[in-house]
Amino acid sequence: MFPELIDTKPLRRAIDDGLNWVVRNWGDEFEAAAYPLLMLLKAIEDLLVATPWWLIMAILVGVAWLATRSWKLPVIVLLSLLFLGVMDLWKDAMTTMALMIAATITAILVSIPVGVWMSRSLNVRNVVTPVLDLMQTLPSFVYLIPTVMIFGPGKIPALIATIVYAAPPLVRLTDLGLRSVDPAVMEASRAFGTNPRQRLFGVQIPLALPTILAGINQTTMMALAMVVIASMIGAGGLGYQVLQGIGRLEVSRGLFAGLGIVALAIIFDRVTQSFGKQLQGRIGLAEAR
Amino acid sequence: MNAMTDIKTDPTDMTDLAIAIAMRGVTKIFGDKPQEALALLQSGKSKAEVQAETNHVVGLDNVSLDIARGQIFVVMGLSGSGKSTLIRHVNRLIEPTAGEIVVNGTDVLKMSLNQLRTYRRTQVAMVFQKFGLMPHRSVIDNVAYGLEVRGVPKAERLKEAAKWIEIVGLSGYEQSRPRQLSGGQQQRVGLARALALDTEIILMDEAFSALDPLIRSGMQDQLIELQKTLGKTILFITHDFDEALKIGDRIAVLKDGAVQQVGKPEDIVLRPANEHIEEFVREVNKARAIHVRSIMERGEHEHCQASVSQDARCEDVLPLFAEHQWVGVQDSDGRQIGRVTAKQVIKAIARHTPGLN
Repeated sequence: MFPELIDTKPLRRAIDDGLNWVVRNWGDEFEAAAYPLLMLLKAIEDLLVATPWWLIMAILVGVAWLATRSWKLPVIVLLSLLFLGVMDLWKDAMTTMALMIAATITAILVSIPVGVWMSRSLNVRNVVTPVLDLMQTLPSFVYLIPTVMIFGPGKIPALIATIVYAAPPLVRLTDLGLRSVDPAVMEASRAFGTNPRQRLFGVQIPLALPTILAGINQTTMMALAMVVIASMIGAGGLGYQVLQGIGRLEVSRGLFAGLGIVALAIIFDRVTQSFGKQLQGRIGLAEAR
Repeated sequence: MNAMTDIKTDPTDMTDLAIAIAMRGVTKIFGDKPQEALALLQSGKSKAEVQAETNHVVGLDNVSLDIARGQIFVVMGLSGSGKSTLIRHVNRLIEPTAGEIVVNGTDVLKMSLNQLRTYRRTQVAMVFQKFGLMPHRSVIDNVAYGLEVRGVPKAERLKEAAKWIEIVGLSGYEQSRPRQLSGGQQQRVGLARALALDTEIILMDEAFSALDPLIRSGMQDQLIELQKTLGKTILFITHDFDEALKIGDRIAVLKDGAVQQVGKPEDIVLRPANEHIEEFVREVNKARAIHVRSIMERGEHEHCQASVSQDARCEDVLPLFAEHQWVGVQDSDGRQIGRVTAKQVIKAIARHTPGLN
């Protein structure tokens, strides 16, 4: 046995008491702070549920066509959506999609500025990188429990947990994309008397866009990977069906809901990837690499 | 016009010309503690010694140059000689460790960040070895980039850009992307982008070095042709001595960050200052380096059937000797100011070949 060097009990008790104190005294404030997040999620969910199924199908198939200009991806998207409808998973799929979209939008709003900041300062990168590592490796239950204690079970902790898990790749890829812009192009831009803002929006971000889009793709995929865990604390949707299937030993329910998640993943993965490729082609990086 | 006034109007004679760029004792040391290395360098140690002792690289060593308005000034050196570092000092893409850089009477190093940006937008344009074009912009938007940064309204800058695209011979490619063009075409875009700014000074950092020999030669001719009408102050960096002789009004040879010799192309070829420069001269095409006016018989002679301009080099007159015994030399108004024979030309070229004199 490892010898007991110091007594860690007071430390543990302090953390537990501290959390309890926060929950008791600041619970309402935290909930109020997360309210806009909840509103965003609810708005997206209500919109998706209220929209007729055929319209959503038409929009997603149309987007798939715009992304590839060929018939293959739209057919795959159509079949995936038909599967969700036929298997009576449509409403759950919309709930899960809403969670994923809300998490992705929030992650974009937070991650891209952080990525930009990271790309410009070594100190910031040295601080942010380990935080990102922590966010990606810490088992999600560890931060799920305190969030549930603070916000109570429901959609907010589910959304927050999803964001924490899904945001890091976008931060990393934004930073990478901005830093790997051809230094010769950056120097040329500098020689013409640009200020940092003109360089960021006129050169760096346009050239890093394919990499940033790859980050968004990663974020959507990781958000989908969280749906089962998120449903344990009240997110509902396809994850809840999987959970029920496990609980009731109904293999078919779990299997079909699981395949439903895969269908959503295929749709969002392929569509965002195709947009990325299209963009890369337009900028001309595809040939250069 | 007599011989005396001819010398005065000689474009390579800088006594009458105003100085556009003056560099005084510019030294650049790369590393964390440049001041320590600077002290060593100033105490007389060589670049290699400084590097061995402090692990600092000497980029430029006490460089002083005067670049006159309206001339093409070529800085020639091998890779690692510091020539690309030198040119980046003029628009302060690199900050010197010591020294002074005065452009049109203003000390570039004393400019605030905002003044520096205005200076880059309005007074110096740059052309890069690797082109540095924006891959996400069309050709016309690339050419208009500098004007856009300067804040010129869209319609006006596109009109200006279209004009320069036509001048460099890329009409029809306005909406293409840079990657769809060949290397030579891409550098024409780079050149048009710099010219569109209509700055008095243009910096060209090995602008033609990445191009195939034939295309390079064509671009050199185009630059010389353009310069006749534009009269810009051009600082041109190259590692190619032939290129330096072809386009340079004056040439500075750089080695290990220090200037070895400055002078007209003929000065360098006829009177190389040291062993290092002699090595270049040995390889060079002397027929290209020597102007006919420096070897011609001056004065009134009977009119020759064939003639060349006073800017012609020996290589330009050689083909004419197949048909003519005498070739006249004319000034810019078309008057004959002298004549040369094949014998004079051959003597001039042979005399400057090492081992034969």
